[in-house]
Amino acid sequence: MHEMSLAEGVLQLVEDTARRENAQRVKLVVLEIGRLSSVQPDALRFCFDAVTRGGIARDAALEIVDVPGAGWCMQCAVTVPMQELYGACPTCGSHQVQPTGGTEMRVKEIEIE
Amino acid sequence: MCTVCGCGAGEVKIEGGAHEHTHVHEDGTVHTHTHDHGHDHDHAHTHDDAPLGVHSHTHHHSDGSEHSHAHVHEGEHVHEHGHEHGHEHHHHHEHAVGGDLDYGTGPARAHVPGMSQARMVQIEQDILSKNNAYAAANRQWFDERGIFALNLVSSPGSGKTTLLCKTIELLKGSVAINVVEGDQQTANDAERIRATGVPALQINTGKGCHLDGHMVGHAMQRLQPKDESLFLIENVGNLVCPAAFDLGEHHKVAILSVTEGEDKPLKYPDMFAAADVMLLNKCDLLPYLEFDADLAEANARRVNPNLTIFRVSATSGDGMSAWLDWIQSGLEALRGKRSESVDALKRRVAELERQLAVK
Repeated sequence: MHEMSLAEGVLQLVEDTARRENAQRVKLVVLEIGRLSSVQPDALRFCFDAVTRGGIARDAALEIVDVPGAGWCMQCAVTVPMQELYGACPTCGSHQVQPTGGTEMRVKEIEIE
Repeated sequence: MCTVCGCGAGEVKIEGGAHEHTHVHEDGTVHTHTHDHGHDHDHAHTHDDAPLGVHSHTHHHSDGSEHSHAHVHEGEHVHEHGHEHGHEHHHHHEHAVGGDLDYGTGPARAHVPGMSQARMVQIEQDILSKNNAYAAANRQWFDERGIFALNLVSSPGSGKTTLLCKTIELLKGSVAINVVEGDQQTANDAERIRATGVPALQINTGKGCHLDGHMVGHAMQRLQPKDESLFLIENVGNLVCPAAFDLGEHHKVAILSVTEGEDKPLKYPDMFAAADVMLLNKCDLLPYLEFDADLAEANARRVNPNLTIFRVSATSGDGMSAWLDWIQSGLEALRGKRSESVDALKRRVAELERQLAVK
């Protein structure tokens, strides 16, 4: 969903940080994207390339750290792995599962010089 | 430029905004022109945490040799920098078929700290943090004034605008109402709202697929809603993107019409999970359709067990009273909260005045 908007959001955080640090160039951008965040990493890579052209982050490598999905099943009262948001508990089949991990969309760190 | 969306400068138009001007000359000719507002910000950042205070330097000596060293800055230091907003971005997508789309081949973490000029800087921020900051500011502004704000979301054609008009007709006698209309193009919806007699502002998102916190902040300043009033935001007809973009509203209200499928909450779960209220609209058509309203409600509750659901018909007015009661109770709760905080402030002022008088 709207990866172009997200790529712009990433670029703003990266550019603000690079300026603050007086960087000449951004070499690497590390993102954490959860499995349950409804972001398509391939689409995000495509958009990242488009929005970084001509700026301080041009040609920067993009590393996407995949965060597995997890949720708290209210019926089983345990944390279970989740493949999709609003999915069922793999043990009991209940849909009362509260996502507890894998929804993040974060800029973790950048490498600059 | 839109703060979070990929759309460029000049794409977002707030109706009547300073970005587009129409001049009528004495001889009767009319011309329209647009201009960008560029503005400079100077930011001073102070930081003293160790990871950011470590700098490595490489020195080049005249004999061609070089050495690197790292050192830590004690205490705080201040960086000042200026940067301009309002610049245009032009994006070109030129990907050769079969070309290399893997950008993970760079020198990822290959450096040793202190051995080169490159260094890692921790950011640890949510990609949507800019929008969320705008939204939080909007929400605080609403709360301080006791203004109850709702963000209405749905697919195109669910009857949002008709439902809004009906709601306004029934409520405008008891509460002041302002409306923000989001659409890609045209000011048609704002005109329909204005026909009911309340102020409305159209935001055209251009290429954008949703409203964001920054746009709504501008709309609030333009509309200047009264204290303790109702502020209704009709988002762009889209069940995907508006779910992720907080505008600073108190509740998202999802509208599903019975001419759509019962499984829509399962197909677009993000939106129904983000909403607090669902209005099942066009219920007057139920006798003519094979739409299972109970199944639609069950599907919606599967993705959001806490959802409040009202069955309504904006055309016939059926079911509207429960929805209006819900709005009224939201308004009253917010007014109550506000008068409590105003009372607390008054007590604080009285206490400070007493202390001053003693001195």
